[in-house]
Amino acid sequence: MEVTAQPQMPKVWRAETKPHKFCPGCGHGIVLKALGKAIDELNIQHNTIFGCDIGCSLLTWDFFNLDTIQTHHGRTIPVLVGIKRVRPELVVVSYMGDGGAYAIGAQHLVSSANRNELVTVIVVNNTQYAMTGGQMAPTTLPGQKTETSPYGRDIKLTGKPMLGPELVASIAPEGAYVARGTVSNVMQLKNFIKKGLENQIKGNGFSFIEALSACPTNWRTNAAETWSFIENEMSEYFPIGELRTPDEKKVGEKRKVTSNGAKH
Amino acid sequence: MDIKPIQDEKRAFMTGNEVIVWGALAAGADIMYGYPITPQNEIMHYWTRLVPKYKKDFLQTEDEISAGFTTVGGVLAGKRAFTATAGPGNVLMQEALSMAEMMRLPTVVIVTQRGGPSTGTVIYSQQEVNLTCFGGNGEGLRIVYSTSSHQELFNYTIKAFNTAWKYRFPTFVLSDGYQSKMREPVTIYDPEEKGITIEPTESLLGLPGTPGVERDPAHLRNTYNLEDELYNVVKSSVKEYNSIISKIVEYDTYAVEDAKVLIIAHGVVSRAAKAAISSLREKGIKAGYFRPITLRPFPDEALRSLVDNVDHIVVAESAYGQLENIVKNNLYGFNIPIIGYLRPGMGITPEEITDFVKAELSL
Amino acid sequence: MGQNIKIVLAGEGGQGVQSIAEIISEAAYNSGFQSLYIPNFGVEQRGGVSVAFVQISDQSVDAPKFIIADIVIALSRRAIERVKPYIGEKTLLVYDSSVDDEVEKIYGKLGENRQLSIPALEMAQKEVHPRVFNIIILGVVVGVAELLEKKDVEQALERRLGHKFAQDSSLKNLNYRALELGYQLGQGK
Repeated sequence: MEVTAQPQMPKVWRAETKPHKFCPGCGHGIVLKALGKAIDELNIQHNTIFGCDIGCSLLTWDFFNLDTIQTHHGRTIPVLVGIKRVRPELVVVSYMGDGGAYAIGAQHLVSSANRNELVTVIVVNNTQYAMTGGQMAPTTLPGQKTETSPYGRDIKLTGKPMLGPELVASIAPEGAYVARGTVSNVMQLKNFIKKGLENQIKGNGFSFIEALSACPTNWRTNAAETWSFIENEMSEYFPIGELRTPDEKKVGEKRKVTSNGAKH
Repeated sequence: MDIKPIQDEKRAFMTGNEVIVWGALAAGADIMYGYPITPQNEIMHYWTRLVPKYKKDFLQTEDEISAGFTTVGGVLAGKRAFTATAGPGNVLMQEALSMAEMMRLPTVVIVTQRGGPSTGTVIYSQQEVNLTCFGGNGEGLRIVYSTSSHQELFNYTIKAFNTAWKYRFPTFVLSDGYQSKMREPVTIYDPEEKGITIEPTESLLGLPGTPGVERDPAHLRNTYNLEDELYNVVKSSVKEYNSIISKIVEYDTYAVEDAKVLIIAHGVVSRAAKAAISSLREKGIKAGYFRPITLRPFPDEALRSLVDNVDHIVVAESAYGQLENIVKNNLYGFNIPIIGYLRPGMGITPEEITDFVKAELSL
Repeated sequence: MGQNIKIVLAGEGGQGVQSIAEIISEAAYNSGFQSLYIPNFGVEQRGGVSVAFVQISDQSVDAPKFIIADIVIALSRRAIERVKPYIGEKTLLVYDSSVDDEVEKIYGKLGENRQLSIPALEMAQKEVHPRVFNIIILGVVVGVAELLEKKDVEQALERRLGHKFAQDSSLKNLNYRALELGYQLGQGK
């Protein structure tokens, strides 16, 4: 089949596998566009390895003109750590959903951040498990209805939504880069991802970007409601911005710990 | 060229875990990924001590899931990567090894069996046969060498890397806690001096040339959309696995020519079984011995060719019927009574096998 | 029938049971025997009785562990009872004279050629040094087993403790004297 690349498509996108297989209105395409542009700008197509999970992120297994490995839920981090440890000249990008990052694969996220592994992790936060049909995720908002919280998430029973970048920022050593962007601001998201890639290339440390994303299929929202959910409800709970940058020097600063263990 | 870890032959008296490390070094292993669990720990201890001298790498991961998946990553990157585990760690590692099976990745895993189920004991068993041969949600397309001595630990650790990279199936050295901790003589050597060629490795990712421009990208996956896509992948793997069985199977026999009682055992128990043959024969019992060295693929043809004149088969194992079931499967259609001397998590001595055979056969 | 000897050593953690087993098995290997040593290792070993299994043979060793031993060396009160499963009709039980009463209590009279009470602890304290108690025991085992050349045992001892001997030459004398004392005690028994 003859396929012509659309002009706005990043160079690193694989035209043969477009149009992509995500649902209409899905946020993945936007995050992948930001990632594609960042890779184009850094001119690292020749030495970048892309890793994806199962869940909706697995639909990216043939998305790029990049050597790609699709693995299990939450396991892209260890697979890419395994690669990076023996092939440090490669740039490795681990792409996954919030379930993979914060629930089933949380141990890999925490430990690789703590070891300051030279990987760039991109987590797409759509507040639920999408591929499996819209179950509650660590990121589901209080009161949000999902297939396994049909009356709304009760935080007394199921805890509060997980703040991934905040978690990583609190444990990653100096040199780490941590940010949260959103599909509602693609330029900013691309810049965060680019900085996350540069941080790996420079050998500074662990790089982590969460992207607030949309899932109108499981949210059962129309375009306006989808936009509003990201811009208002999600952004309120999950603040946008950089949490850690490698040039910050925390000379003499110690984190205070209160009696109940909470950090300030 | 890196420094050769072993020059000429060296006789040594060491623990099995140390032997495994020398085997991995001799095979040219590049990196070990590992997570602590008894009784494999000393493999990591020895490896990490030798890493700087021989320019190797080590990563202690957060758990066995990660140890398995980082090993997968190392292999994808074209390196001889390995890990070692046991018991509950082997359970966790099956997720990654299932992926290795699906994607035909030449991972090498050393399993030092301990007692089970669950935490069991830290000591010894042969209860990880099912898990190592058939673990994961697949068909058991794996190669499993069951060793019985330090010499075999050394030989088969080298062979495991070569078999894995030659045939591209996940390969295991199935040892146990006894072999890990005991000391006995071993001769270590440089495989190339013995005419053993070390199989070259190959990168599956991070290949030369810009993907999509100078070459197609490597798009590797283990998920398929359609039933027949998956069916064709698995079918082709099964076909290839079946086609190499005859090149891979290994076994040992002793006194089988006139045997009326065939004792079958694997791993360290096979030493006791072989020793029992002599004492049974001294008492007038025509006993013979068969030992599968590869548990996967199982030497089924060899076994079937031995049993025509056999009246009784005795399977001795430190598990409750894991080897016995494999034997039964492979002797389907033969009408020979099979009796198990089944001692989950317990060591087995020659005297015990002798007494059991005498009692069972009312001799 | 060739030569084949099975030894169990048992004692409290810190009595050096595993070191003795390691030295004996390595010495046997140096003497040209097949030998196999395996510690009894389990989560209970910390704080429990430490047991070592040694087999020395002129043929290959069959199984790592065994049930009935030819020689059992029990060095502590608790070890006397712990080694019961390994004692058969012909086993020689070697123990320190300080636990004579415990042996009597558990086994009664085993008979002259089946038990050997040795004043190793007392001898270590009076004639050499308490820290080489285990080396006296090593000497006893070598003497009793009558398989190994003393020079091979000394060589194994040297490999294990050589770095300490290099720092303090009096240690070497102490260990060699302890070995000889034990050897005299065990020889011909």
